[in-house]
Amino acid sequence: MRVLFYILQKEFLQIFRNKAMLPIIFVLPIVQMVILTFAADFELDHITYTYVDSDLSATSKRLLAKFEDSPYFQLSRTSDDFKDGMEALDQNEATLMLRIPQGFSHDLQKEKKAMIMLDVNSIDGQAATLSFSYATGIISMYNKEIIMEWNGLAREVSLPVETRVRYWFNEEMEYKNLMVPGILALLITMVGMFLSAMNIVREKEIGTIEQINVTPISKTHFLIGKMFPFWIIALFELGFGLTIGRLIFEIPLNGSIPLLFAYSAIYMLVVLGIGLWISSFTDTQQQAMFMAWFFIVIFILMSGLFTPIENMPQWAQALTYINPVAYYIKVVRAILLKGSNFYDLQFDFLVITIFAAVMMGLALLSYRKRG
Amino acid sequence: MAEGDPIMVSFENISKSYDKNPALKEVSFSVEKSELFGLIGPDGAGKSTLFRILTTVLLPDSGRVLFDGEDVVKDYQYVRNQVGYMPGKFSLYQDLSVRENLEFFATIFNTSIAANYDLIHDIYEQLEPFETRRAGALSGGMKQKLALSCALIHKPKVLVLDEPTFGVDAVSRKEFWEMLKTLKEKGVTILVSTPYMDEAALCDRVALIQKGNILKIDTPRRIIDQFDKTLFKIRSSQIYKTILALEKLPHLGTAYSFGQEIHLYASKDIEATDVESQLLEVGIADAEVKPGMANIEDCFMNLMVAENMEDHVG
Repeated sequence: MRVLFYILQKEFLQIFRNKAMLPIIFVLPIVQMVILTFAADFELDHITYTYVDSDLSATSKRLLAKFEDSPYFQLSRTSDDFKDGMEALDQNEATLMLRIPQGFSHDLQKEKKAMIMLDVNSIDGQAATLSFSYATGIISMYNKEIIMEWNGLAREVSLPVETRVRYWFNEEMEYKNLMVPGILALLITMVGMFLSAMNIVREKEIGTIEQINVTPISKTHFLIGKMFPFWIIALFELGFGLTIGRLIFEIPLNGSIPLLFAYSAIYMLVVLGIGLWISSFTDTQQQAMFMAWFFIVIFILMSGLFTPIENMPQWAQALTYINPVAYYIKVVRAILLKGSNFYDLQFDFLVITIFAAVMMGLALLSYRKRG
Repeated sequence: MAEGDPIMVSFENISKSYDKNPALKEVSFSVEKSELFGLIGPDGAGKSTLFRILTTVLLPDSGRVLFDGEDVVKDYQYVRNQVGYMPGKFSLYQDLSVRENLEFFATIFNTSIAANYDLIHDIYEQLEPFETRRAGALSGGMKQKLALSCALIHKPKVLVLDEPTFGVDAVSRKEFWEMLKTLKEKGVTILVSTPYMDEAALCDRVALIQKGNILKIDTPRRIIDQFDKTLFKIRSSQIYKTILALEKLPHLGTAYSFGQEIHLYASKDIEATDVESQLLEVGIADAEVKPGMANIEDCFMNLMVAENMEDHVG
């Protein structure tokens, strides 16, 4: 026990003597949370658009006025013809082009039916979908008005089936409420995996492992000494991140915080296990860094944080079942936003505990004191 | 093993290859208690491999090593408790202070600095003024003393030093060998490897190792006595030209430059005048050839040449 205590003391001493460590622990989470949360806002406003009004009638002007009034749209310029409008799309001056053909008002009045054309720049699929749905929203409002006028109704007509959406657990569809817990999850994953992956490798690189291996120090003690400090740091990081999230972003804390920490504590064993496993088969910090990046990038991109898992192809969805980060993000969101309790999350607890056992075993097996 | 057994470490037919490149070929020798045993050989001879097998961090392909009567593969825990190892590269924590390093190594051996201070007293005394300094900020000689202190803090029966004087200045080297002598007197068995042949003379016994083979094991004195050639020390104003000339006269022997001199290892029947006259024939007029006493380096150079020749023939 005394030996273990001393090993831990030595590890902590070295960690805090490392000048880069304090910024990593305190600055990194603030910067990441602030920048990523604001940048990863999927809401669109000021969608730039252009129009080609070949009809030049009062009817077409009225539709265009609707767009101008919308807070989501911003006119970048008017275009004379299709070619001119395409140029605006080409040069990224506009995301959307609205084309009103000649005879629009005539058709509408005579045939009670007219066409307009929407051209959307779909380089960014997500933005394209959103701008399209905002535009159709405006157009359907316009439709409604026209129907009302034709029927001479003063009162608003209601369509037989009306859809009303309520976004549960995130009432205002606040992206920050989704992003902050997700980024928090990323943060402690990254801190845990990088720091633990680099640590043993560093001893290999400097050569101190050579001296350690000749001592009677036990493998378990050595690995606990390597893991425990980062486990503590990661959990501290979680608390720190939650505080920032609460203070700056006012994220909801609906569930039990001790439950969140309990889950995180088990989850960190998985992350640290992967880190230690990486550091047992690499020889330099550079190799370890690349391996850790490899795992982190796959885990994060397939975690459902930036792309919903439901949008992935079947095989990719299957892969997310073995992605610990996906489980973690899901659980963090469930606890914070939905207020899930242990009973709701028992499956996730079971899975992450199995992961932890597997990774710990792997880390223990792959670290060898002799070659 | 009986108390009176004089053998501390014995290597029995140790072989080890790295990816089919043999590093050690059937190496056997033993080291007695309280002996200062030197392993001398060029880089890549297999010295570190041998030491790493002894210190349980590397498994041999075949053969066995007995450490105080215990098999180093089976009873590796015993060995790890009883061996003090100083790797060739400085292997202490550079970001910990002198005192912290020493305390760390004392603790992982389940002992304390106070308990074994007498063994390191002479060495550590010189480090005490720098106790709070980070190990990384020490000078080369000081680092070496700290490494030695850390290797000794658990009072090991055997001290294994892998090229401890490599890259250390001449004064520190001399001091270091003095320290080893003192430790030996305190009963520690010491195995030390070095690429510097002059250090061989300071050991009780030395083994000359080359390409994974032990060429010779004996006391430095006896190795010198067994020198079977005549040594000529040749001085000339054109050392390089003279060496080239001697290479074209292989029947005289083999020549090496030793600083300002050339050492020629010639067969017993060749006289100094023979060498002078033959050099004169190839245009080197000012060569001054004198017979001299071989030192341990000459013996090793001679042995290694003989071995290389066999290699070429075989």
